Amino acid sequence: MVSLNSYLILGAILFSIGAVGVFTRRNVLIIYMCIELMLNAVNLTFIAFSKFLNDMNGHVFVFMIMTVAAAEAAVGLAIIISLFRNKATIYVDDINLSKG
Amino acid sequence: MQLLMFYILGLGAVLSATLMVTNIRPVTAAMNLIMTMFFLAGIYVLLDAHLIAALQIIVYAGAIMVLFLFVILLLNVHEKEGETARRKVMIQFGSIAIVGALFIVMANLAVIEPSLVKIGDAAYPFGTTKAVGKLLFTDFLLPFEIASFLLLAAIVSAVILAKRRIDDSE
Repeated sequence: MVSLNSYLILGAILFSIGAVGVFTRRNVLIIYMCIELMLNAVNLTFIAFSKFLNDMNGHVFVFMIMTVAAAEAAVGLAIIISLFRNKATIYVDDINLSKG
Repeated sequence: MQLLMFYILGLGAVLSATLMVTNIRPVTAAMNLIMTMFFLAGIYVLLDAHLIAALQIIVYAGAIMVLFLFVILLLNVHEKEGETARRKVMIQFGSIAIVGALFIVMANLAVIEPSLVKIGDAAYPFGTTKAVGKLLFTDFLLPFEIASFLLLAAIVSAVILAKRRIDDSE
């Protein structure tokens, strides 16, 4: 029988993998994919708690998170496309508007 | 049996997530993320979340990641990060993984008592489409309608942001 701790630890591992990816990568598309991985880890935490507290509200939350993630993916990728059109680069090191 | 499936699926998810983060080419990273989502859908089935598992594959792996792949292929990038970048990423990753492992050992000492209640109503079994639908249309009706507005706003803004303007002189 798998305890709640195991699922939470798996969610924490996936979340930290995504967080490390956001900090270390320079390609803006891979940074965005690591953000999606973090959202998936939070989904796993919600579902695990929903199962062990026997509450269906967690499933509805995950439904809403998936909806928001889909909308965010569409808008974020449109922003990346227009950014690429203006700067001709997708590496975050080269996108630097502030001086000094 | 459940423990064995959890370890197989969990190990697969962590492995493909690590491969995604430390990969140089974006298309391979997107494929690894799709694999991670499939493993996560398996874990959702293990947790009796049948609707969410199906939605994960249909929406996340089937729609969002395909959109990602379209944009990756549209931008047509030539990789600038070479071999040194991969080694640096691996070193940073390894150091954070060691700290994370220490945290995991300490977190495993916490004790959470399991729930001792029933499986759910007979008419709305736990985790099925019926149960989620019942909640969506009774308790969570307002968030449901707001989500439809959110999707409409996202569609309109994505079209406007990605459109090439006619009077632009670039």
